[in-house]
Amino acid sequence: MNGTWSRFNITSIVLGFAFLYLPIVLLIVFSFNESKLVTVWGGFSTKWYVSLFHNQGLMDATWVTARVGVISATVATVLGTLAAITLTRYTRFKGRVLFSGMVFAPLVMPEVITGLSLLLLFVAVGLDRGFFTVTLAHITFTMCFVAVVVQSRLVSFDRSLEEAAMDLGAPPVKTFFQITLPVILPAIISGWMLAFTLSLDDLVVASFTSGPGATTLPMKIYSQVRLGVTPEINAACTILIAVVAIGVIIASIANKRREVQRQRDEQAAQRG
Amino acid sequence: MTNIAAAPSSAETAAQLPTKLAKGFVDRLVIIVPYLWLLFFFLVPFIIVFKISLSQTAISMPPYTPVLDFGDGISGFFAGFRELNFDNYTWLTQDALYFNAYVTSLIIAGISTVLTLIVGYPIAYGMARAPATIRPTLLMLVILPFWTSFLIRVYAWIGILKPEGLLNQVLLATGLISQPLVILNTYTAIFIGIVYSYLPFMVLPLYSSLEKMDYSLIEAAQDLGCPPIGAFWKITFPLSLPGVIAGCLLVFIPAVGEFVIPDLLGGSQTLMIGKTLWNEFFANRDWPVSSAVAVILLLVLTVPIMFFQQAQAKAQEQGK
Repeated sequence: MNGTWSRFNITSIVLGFAFLYLPIVLLIVFSFNESKLVTVWGGFSTKWYVSLFHNQGLMDATWVTARVGVISATVATVLGTLAAITLTRYTRFKGRVLFSGMVFAPLVMPEVITGLSLLLLFVAVGLDRGFFTVTLAHITFTMCFVAVVVQSRLVSFDRSLEEAAMDLGAPPVKTFFQITLPVILPAIISGWMLAFTLSLDDLVVASFTSGPGATTLPMKIYSQVRLGVTPEINAACTILIAVVAIGVIIASIANKRREVQRQRDEQAAQRG
Repeated sequence: MTNIAAAPSSAETAAQLPTKLAKGFVDRLVIIVPYLWLLFFFLVPFIIVFKISLSQTAISMPPYTPVLDFGDGISGFFAGFRELNFDNYTWLTQDALYFNAYVTSLIIAGISTVLTLIVGYPIAYGMARAPATIRPTLLMLVILPFWTSFLIRVYAWIGILKPEGLLNQVLLATGLISQPLVILNTYTAIFIGIVYSYLPFMVLPLYSSLEKMDYSLIEAAQDLGCPPIGAFWKITFPLSLPGVIAGCLLVFIPAVGEFVIPDLLGGSQTLMIGKTLWNEFFANRDWPVSSAVAVILLLVLTVPIMFFQQAQAKAQEQGK
């Protein structure tokens, strides 16, 4: 296998990853810059992190974003998992084509359209724009991503396990919680994390559907970026990146351990 | 080995199980809850957008006069059809700004998609040919930037592309250029931004189709005297076509309506439809016109979105 990995392959991977990571690395490096100019190095300093924690507007926005993220990701995970089950298990029901269309279309739908249409819905039904409407909007577009992630796991799921449980007399709901759920749990967890990061990340949909008092962090960062690049924003971005990176790394390590454990169990079962 | 043994039995149960389950109340609930949610929050809003695109702008809150309102009863609803006005659409065709914005967006998204494919293909190919032990790590390294904020990744490029930015500093210091390059606030900056932001969307489907490929085919072709480039175009590329199509659609469709990249990197001189819609809505507060812009954008994207759904459905079938 090693012989087929040519120098061209290695070069393109190294260059590709340099392209992907260099801007992020530079952003992090310059958040520790003493100078107010973002592009000129003036010595190491953590003063922008200190001033960040005194910026009340930014702290409020962080709190709003975290709450919206947790609530919307949780609801979206439940709805997205149900949608994934519907897509893989119920191949025949009225309106299935429409349903799968509504699950897949939001994945590529330009955010400006999603944002505008949801705002007009909220106005039409008389909901005041704010925390609640942003959360509803985020649930709607993130649940489709959850559905796709969970669905890919369900497709490769060995149905004979469920069959066995039900043959032994377990009702469908119990079968789901004792057999199906533990197997698809890694996909559900990564679905939740994906939904949370998408919510954390969203500027466009939030700008349309949010109201006074519910400014999210991306909206705050965006309004400051428009005024110019500052090390303080670099510092805020660095913290966001660190939070997400730590979460992803912990999740992938946990995932790997579970996978190894599962393989061991399977081998033990086959031997026994 | 276990896979081969499991495949026929799972196919059998897949056929039996739905009939067994379909009667339950719980099963109906499983379908109905997400179905109703998507109907109400995804489909109904589009109908409202269409409705408002046919109404008139007014100085009030919300800033339009409602049409087709059920408040007037059924007869009032039908009477409303006579009051429908297509002024907003006529307006879009008369002002060249909108037409240009649509065309420019399609061209920019098209060029960016091709560029992303050119940049992404060698990366995906290199990953697919990497030793199996390091492939999961490489895969995670491609996905990781996708988890960090889109806004942040676009913002990071401002510091690099500015006239006094890092790229110009490096190029000036090495003596490659004597005058700083103007990249920020041009279409070049938008291309860089789109390629950079959407690269993982291109690499992942490409990788998954290249990884499945049987590389002995290429060895066979080369043994028979086919030069490497010929083997690539005759074997590798056609076999990776599903990945190419999926990747291109995943980049192209959202890129057409992109707002953040043209706004932050493209400056005020560049014209894209997502930005036009945003300005129409937030700056001009003209909800009916921005709705009309959205309706046309959706119509323009209908064909690629349907292609995307077909590709998804096909992938789903193959997955089973």
